[in-house]
Amino acid sequence: MDTVIHATNIKKIYSNKTVLNGVSLDLIPGEIVGLIGPSGAGKTTLVKIIMGMESTNEGEVAVLGTKMPNRAVMTKIGYMAQSDALYDNLSGKENLKFFGQLMGVTGSKLDKAIAHAADVVNLTDDLGKRINNYSGGMKRRLSLAIAMIQDPDVLILDEPTVGIDPELRQQIWAELYSLKEQGKSVLITTHVMDEAERCDRLALIREGITLAAGSPKALKQEYQVNTVEDVFLKAGRLQDENSSNR
Amino acid sequence: MRILAIVKRIITEMFRDKRTLALMFLAPLLILSLMYFLFNSNSTTNATLGVSNVDSSLVKAVDNKHIKIHHYGKNINAKHVIRRDNIAGVIKQSGNKLTITYQNSEPSKSTIIKQSLQQGTIKLKFAALKAATTKQAAALKQQQAILQKLVKASPQLASQMPTSKSKTSQQAPKNYTTSSHYLYGTSKSNFFIQFLPILLGFFVFLFVFLISGISLLHERTTGTLSRLLATPIRRSEIIIGYLTGYGIFAVLQTLLLVWFAFNVFQVKIVGNFWLLVLINLCLALVALSMGIFISTFANSEFQMIQFIPIVIIPQILFSGLVPLSGMATWLQWLAHIFPLYYGATSLTNVATKGADLASITPNLLILIAFIIGFTILNIVGMKRYRRV
Ligand SMILES: Nc1ncnc2c1ncn2[C@@H]1O[C@H](COP(=O)(O)OP(=O)(O)O)[C@@H](O)[C@H]1O
Ligand SMILES: [Mg+2]
Repeated sequence: MDTVIHATNIKKIYSNKTVLNGVSLDLIPGEIVGLIGPSGAGKTTLVKIIMGMESTNEGEVAVLGTKMPNRAVMTKIGYMAQSDALYDNLSGKENLKFFGQLMGVTGSKLDKAIAHAADVVNLTDDLGKRINNYSGGMKRRLSLAIAMIQDPDVLILDEPTVGIDPELRQQIWAELYSLKEQGKSVLITTHVMDEAERCDRLALIREGITLAAGSPKALKQEYQVNTVEDVFLKAGRLQDENSSNR
Repeated sequence: MRILAIVKRIITEMFRDKRTLALMFLAPLLILSLMYFLFNSNSTTNATLGVSNVDSSLVKAVDNKHIKIHHYGKNINAKHVIRRDNIAGVIKQSGNKLTITYQNSEPSKSTIIKQSLQQGTIKLKFAALKAATTKQAAALKQQQAILQKLVKASPQLASQMPTSKSKTSQQAPKNYTTSSHYLYGTSKSNFFIQFLPILLGFFVFLFVFLISGISLLHERTTGTLSRLLATPIRRSEIIIGYLTGYGIFAVLQTLLLVWFAFNVFQVKIVGNFWLLVLINLCLALVALSMGIFISTFANSEFQMIQFIPIVIIPQILFSGLVPLSGMATWLQWLAHIFPLYYGATSLTNVATKGADLASITPNLLILIAFIIGFTILNIVGMKRYRRV
């Protein structure tokens, strides 16, 4: 089992609108892959398809060697949705506990996991508060903590750092690197280009296809620019020119 | 285990949501109390009673300050007269037989007539009894006088005694037999107890339907539902967790309402208390699964409320509050598609007729079929969020 995520030729059509038109993606152990692309490109859709939460019109996904959708594999995936899905009436700790239990973590193991996850996202002092007293950034951090609660082999994070201050973002990336050291894999969608720079590999999705893929360094060389942001812009421009020429 | 986590979460959330708690536990008590005072108040103080060919002694006895007497001829059609003159009831007499027809559109007026008639006949009997005793006393005196004379005078006079005896027996009170008819409703339509079981079932149904439906809707719109399905939980575990969590509250609600009715209103039920709880639990589970099912067609709490006129109101109409027997045949058949019909019928049968488990089992089975049907629909419906 070499690939953690193996998505081939994914095609997704929402009521006549082709969102993904033959996208493939691979993720190997110990790798952080960034999914970038303009808003509405289909990043979230791809992530949901990988999770088995959305159907495909064509193509297949396997996670950890198991064809998705599959319920049992869910235990090994830590998922953070683009929008926070938390129980407002419960405290941060109760949310963590609830999702931990659903993931099959129990007893003292659960207590330890809660303490660790809260520590990573700097929420230890706020765990007792109810979610309706949380700020947007705190909710984001709690969602991330929930994604890590069962110490999963794969983390799939959909725009995890929106609304999180730079200092804490550093801390979160430190944690992601430490997970990578342990041989775990991370798939992350992002808008923030300096985060994209930190990924091992990037996939730029635009107008339904993988426009460019490779390590940030290789991409910059390929497009002869200095930043990932410029790669993003130049690749997009070239694509537009191509389609208007035709 | 995962079911337990869901149940625990639902209970915790519920206890934190004071408004919903109040809606579930205080609102029914309030409505029940209002109903109680509405049905049991004797605010109607006067009733007009038509009499046709009734002994004048009886009419006089029945008459009191709550009754207004209308005299009619001998051969009248009671129902026709009641409708034409809008009176509360008519008594017709033939021989010793009294036929009472109640309009019964205002049950409290029927009650006034019933009570007055009862009091009247009792009054007559007492009066007759009193008259008889006075006569007997007089006769006794007479006899004593005769006896005294007898002792003194000739023995032929003794033959007078039996004659005076036969005179007293002629004054025996008339024993009336009565039969009652109702223009609207039945004899039972007037009592709170008759509505109580139906109300019990209805409250549980309405509140559980709303609360569970809105709560699942909330999970859907806030994204927690699809987040839940990003864990290894089974779709059935979510649904069963919901049924269990809210089922607990439904049972608590039933216990509270029944306790309240027993202890505060002093309502007496004929049947087994726990059967009522069992029926209500079944009804609650139907409401739960229906609420969850209906919530998939709503995108906001308000849209959920919009379903009440479609899903809830027809059920009230066919729950027995309006007597089914008076309905057109096709309407009676229509009643059979509503779960509340089965629940309310069973509740009424247990509470007022003392029905046992065996006799309500068919209805319970139908309710269980509803539960299973909707639960399967719900579990399948969740495939929209995760296909396994
Ligand atoms: N459930 C849905 N039904 C119809 N269209 C959808 C649905 N979900 C997403 N889309 C469309 O698919 C496109 C991609 O959306 P999304 O994957 O959320 O983009 P991104 O995450 O890259 O911003 C958008 O145009 C969006 O409108
Ligand atoms: Mg997105």
